Amino acid sequence: MARDRLADAKDYYDVIVIGSGLAGLTGANNLAKAGRSVLLLEQHYNFGGMATWFKRPGGHIFDISLHGFPVGMIKSCRKYWTREIADSIVQLKGVRFDNPQFSLQTTFDRVDFTNKLVDHFGIEKQTVEDFFNASRAMDFYDDQAMTTRELFQKFFPGRSDVVRFLMEPIAYANGSTLDDPAITYGIVFSNFMSKGVYIFQGGTDKLIRMMKTELKVNGVDLRHSICVDKICTEDGQVTGVVANGTKIACGAVLSNANLKTTIEKMVGPEKFDDAFIKEAKAVRLNNSSCQVYMGIKKGETLDNIGDLLFTSVDPEFDSTRLCAKDVTSRTFSMYYPDIRPGSDRYAIVSSTNANWSDWATLSEQDYEKEKQHLIKTTLDALEKYIPGVRQKIDHVEASTPKTFEHYTMQAQGATFGTKFEGLQVSMDLPKQIEGLFHAGSVGIIMSGWLGAINYGVIVANEVDSFMLTKLQSQQQAAS
Amino acid sequence: MGDLNVKKVILEIISIVAPDADLSDVKTDVRLRDQLEMDSMDFLDIVMELRKRYKIEVPKEDYQMLASLDSCVEYLAPKFAALSPA
Ligand SMILES: Cc1cc2nc3c(=O)[nH]c(=O)nc-3n(C[C@H](O)[C@H](O)[C@H](O)COP(=O)(O)OP(=O)(O)OC[C@H]3O[C@@H](n4cnc5c(N)ncnc54)[C@H](O)[C@@H]3O)c2cc1C
Repeated sequence: MARDRLADAKDYYDVIVIGSGLAGLTGANNLAKAGRSVLLLEQHYNFGGMATWFKRPGGHIFDISLHGFPVGMIKSCRKYWTREIADSIVQLKGVRFDNPQFSLQTTFDRVDFTNKLVDHFGIEKQTVEDFFNASRAMDFYDDQAMTTRELFQKFFPGRSDVVRFLMEPIAYANGSTLDDPAITYGIVFSNFMSKGVYIFQGGTDKLIRMMKTELKVNGVDLRHSICVDKICTEDGQVTGVVANGTKIACGAVLSNANLKTTIEKMVGPEKFDDAFIKEAKAVRLNNSSCQVYMGIKKGETLDNIGDLLFTSVDPEFDSTRLCAKDVTSRTFSMYYPDIRPGSDRYAIVSSTNANWSDWATLSEQDYEKEKQHLIKTTLDALEKYIPGVRQKIDHVEASTPKTFEHYTMQAQGATFGTKFEGLQVSMDLPKQIEGLFHAGSVGIIMSGWLGAINYGVIVANEVDSFMLTKLQSQQQAAS
Repeated sequence: MGDLNVKKVILEIISIVAPDADLSDVKTDVRLRDQLEMDSMDFLDIVMELRKRYKIEVPKEDYQMLASLDSCVEYLAPKFAALSPA
């Protein structure tokens, strides 16, 4: 029998955080720093959720979701984590596009994008400025009726090449499509455009190790390999959670598990208003991903062909095609040795957006076959950029939406949580059940590493405020 | 706490939540985000610091009261006054 990992847990915590994705970790850290007693429970043996990595024999190490994030991560890591973590963030300068419409390299910031749009695509400078300013000005409270498609139509009518240039990277970064609200595009695009794409030097393993250290310093009780089965409520208030058959009491729960799972499975739909449940059920999940991990033999090297390659053989950008099982668009993330200073190893990860439905129902045999097909076609596509690459690779494997669901328990392996409407449902949770909060990828804008970290802080503030009021009223009642 | 002290407390908190901001010449009647490159997360941090240090609660609908130093003082002075033992 597995040892009881909860044996020495306390009977009560101010806050129990369910899940150690970046939103859960950051929320837990924030609440501990605010003086709350915090227990964090993670079902996997590693912390980090989708911010994760894995090792393979032969000295290979692969990062799952370390492809790039906006500059805002530096500030957020410094404020909500440590200066050391913030100081490990470095810029990726070589972002390449290669598709039937254009082939170019950019530093992926406003200055260079403006130059490309003017010089390469022949757009009026003023139009480009107006577009950037319109995107920059968007915020959550704006009109949500306009879609990204309409935004592009307004500034660049008939220019499917420009649409592709502006949209393809963001579709990979947050799973949004041309039919999502324009603000989901504008906010994320502007975050990137402010200063380019950044990455964590040292790899995801180092980041999570540093975060764990900091959480311990701040007194968070961290437990892995513990799945929370139930969130207990009484008279519309959270009272605790059940994990491993043990109930632990708490003042508030911050769930970093999937939003829909939290509501429908962990709390139970009967505990909410009908209208709220209807809204929660209607929340659409975002797409999932497939990846192919390619490890380069020890001693082999790769020329620098750029850091991020957005490649496609589709004639035009097409949100549906981007998720299709017969893949035509891929992002190659190139990991040169400097990603982990001191190492001399190279790795390549190919990422594509994918639909849960294409993979979930395959027989075991077909599933294996499709994975092998994905690997083969990926290597074929990569040959164009690195001739003879097969000879340099000594480890290759693939992951699918099922893999992501298995490891993170995200419903349908959703890479970026929910579509836009999920944010409102997430924020309304405490109005339904006192002391119940959710932080984690929702609403497109609150996803990705930066979105998850910032949303973790935003919700931690709500939890902390709730706990202050709760403890004050308990004190008053006692005196 | 007098107005002057409230202002000092706010500036001290800003120096922590926005360490890069130059606070030597902050105009009291101009919106902070217009002179200091502060974003909405920074204002949230001010709210959290006020709660942590002084147990002062700023509800969401009052966040706009933290826009400038003058409005901060106007809004927070009574809250600080309520803290001091009578
Ligand atoms: C292939 C891929 C590539 C990506 N690339 C990038 C990128 O380049 N840049 C970027 O910014 N973002 C990227 N992302 C997105 C980013 O990784 C996620 O948006 C972010 O990490 C999500 O954090 P989260 O806190 O919302 O939740 P998650 O990471 O989903 O974490 C939730 C955690 O909760 C745990 N959990 C769930 N249920 C329970 C339970 N009942 N009991 C206990 N624990 C539970 C899970 O095990 C998990 O650890 C990528 C994602 C994927 C999948």
